[in-house]
Amino acid sequence: MAGQHWTEKLDAYLDGELTAEEERQLREHLRGCATCAAEALERLQRKRAVQAAGLRFQADPAFRARIEKSVRTKQSPARAWSWAPALAVLVLAVLGVSLWTMHFRTHMRERHLLSELIDQHIATLASPNPVDVVSSDRHTVKPWFEGKLPFTFDLPELQGTSFTLIGGRASYVSQSPAAELLFRIRRHQLSVFIFQKSEANGECRNAEQTAQSFHMRSWSSDGLCYVAVGDVSADDLNALAKLLNAPAK
Amino acid sequence: MPPESFEALAMPLFDRLYNFACWLTQDRAEAEDLVQETYAKALKGFSSFQPGTNFRAWMYRILRNAFLTSRAGMKQFVSLEDEDGEELVAAAEQTPEKILLQRTEEELIRKALDGLPLHYREVLLLCDVEEMSYRDIAATLGVPIGTVMSRLSRARRALREAVSNLQGK
Repeated sequence: MAGQHWTEKLDAYLDGELTAEEERQLREHLRGCATCAAEALERLQRKRAVQAAGLRFQADPAFRARIEKSVRTKQSPARAWSWAPALAVLVLAVLGVSLWTMHFRTHMRERHLLSELIDQHIATLASPNPVDVVSSDRHTVKPWFEGKLPFTFDLPELQGTSFTLIGGRASYVSQSPAAELLFRIRRHQLSVFIFQKSEANGECRNAEQTAQSFHMRSWSSDGLCYVAVGDVSADDLNALAKLLNAPAK
Repeated sequence: MPPESFEALAMPLFDRLYNFACWLTQDRAEAEDLVQETYAKALKGFSSFQPGTNFRAWMYRILRNAFLTSRAGMKQFVSLEDEDGEELVAAAEQTPEKILLQRTEEELIRKALDGLPLHYREVLLLCDVEEMSYRDIAATLGVPIGTVMSRLSRARRALREAVSNLQGK
C-alpha cells in the first residue's frame, strides 16, 4: 500500500509539480524501492516519447507569413489604446475649457447687457421727457412704433392689474433698434426693452439677475428678446412678464 | 514602460499553437483556419488581456475555445462528461497491416494519441509537449487543478493501454 502512495506521486514528480520537500522524500524512496524506480523510469520514457511524438506538425512558411502580416499591419491594440486615456483627458480638458469659455462669455454678455439696460433705465427716469409717446393706451403706444422699428410686438391690456403703461420710446440695445416701454407699479417705474435676438445680445434665455439693487428679468418670445428692468421685486417683474407674454388680442 | 506588442508576445507561440491545432483538428486545413481565428480573436481581445498573467495559457485557451465552437470541435468533443469512466480505451482501429506499419515507438505513440478521446489528448499535449504547469493547464482548460491531475492520470493510463493494444500484445 505504501507503494501505491508513491506511484500516485510519480506523475507529479515527473511533471515537476511536487514541492521541494515532497520531491526529496520521493527521491529517497526511489533509491530504496526498485518497483517504484522501474515505474518512474517507464513513465519518464513515455513522457519523453509523448513529447517527441507530440511535436509533429510544422506550419507552411507561407501560412506563418500570412499570420505574421495580419498581426503586424494592424497596430497592436495595446499600443493603439495605450494613449487612449491621455486622449480622453485631453478631449475632456478641451471640452471643459470650451464649455467654461462659452459659459463665461454668455455670463459676461449678460452682465454687460444688464448694466447697459440699467444705465438706459436710469437715464430714462432722469430725463425730463422720459418717453416719446405718452399714453396709457396700448392702442396708441403700439402704432407709434410703426416705421421706427424693424419688428412689431403686442401689448397687454393692463386694466385690472397693478401695472400702468406710461409710454414708450425708440431706443438701442447693443447697437440694435429697440422699443423701450415704461410702466408704473405703485410708486415704482420700470422699463421693458424689446429687441431682436442677435449674436451681440446673447441667447436671451429665461433669466433673473440683480445688480445695484435693480432687478432684471429676461425672456424671449417670437424671436424677440424681452428684458424688464426696475427697482421692484422679482415677483413684480414676473407678473409683468406674464402679462406681456400673453397679450390680449 | 510601454507594454509589449501583441506581435512580440504571440508570434513565438506560433509553431506550438499550430502543432496543437493540428492535434485537435487532425486536419491541416482546419488547423490553419483555427490558428488564423485564434490570432484574430486574440489580437482583437488583446486590450482585455491582463499583463502579468499567463499569455501562453490565454492564447491556448482562445484556440481551444475557438476549436470547441467550430464544427470539427463539436464533432470531436463528444463526452467531456464521462470523466469517471474507467473503461476508456483508445478507439484506434486495428488491422494487421496498420500494426505492421507502426515501426517505431514514436509512431505508436502518435497513433495512440490520435485515437485518444480529445480531452485526454489535449491534456497530455499541454503537459508533456507544451510542458505547461498544472496551473496553466487548468487556466487553459478552465477547470480546477485537481481535475487536471485526475484527467492527466487517466489520460496516461489510456495512452498506455492504447499503445499496448496497438502493439497487438
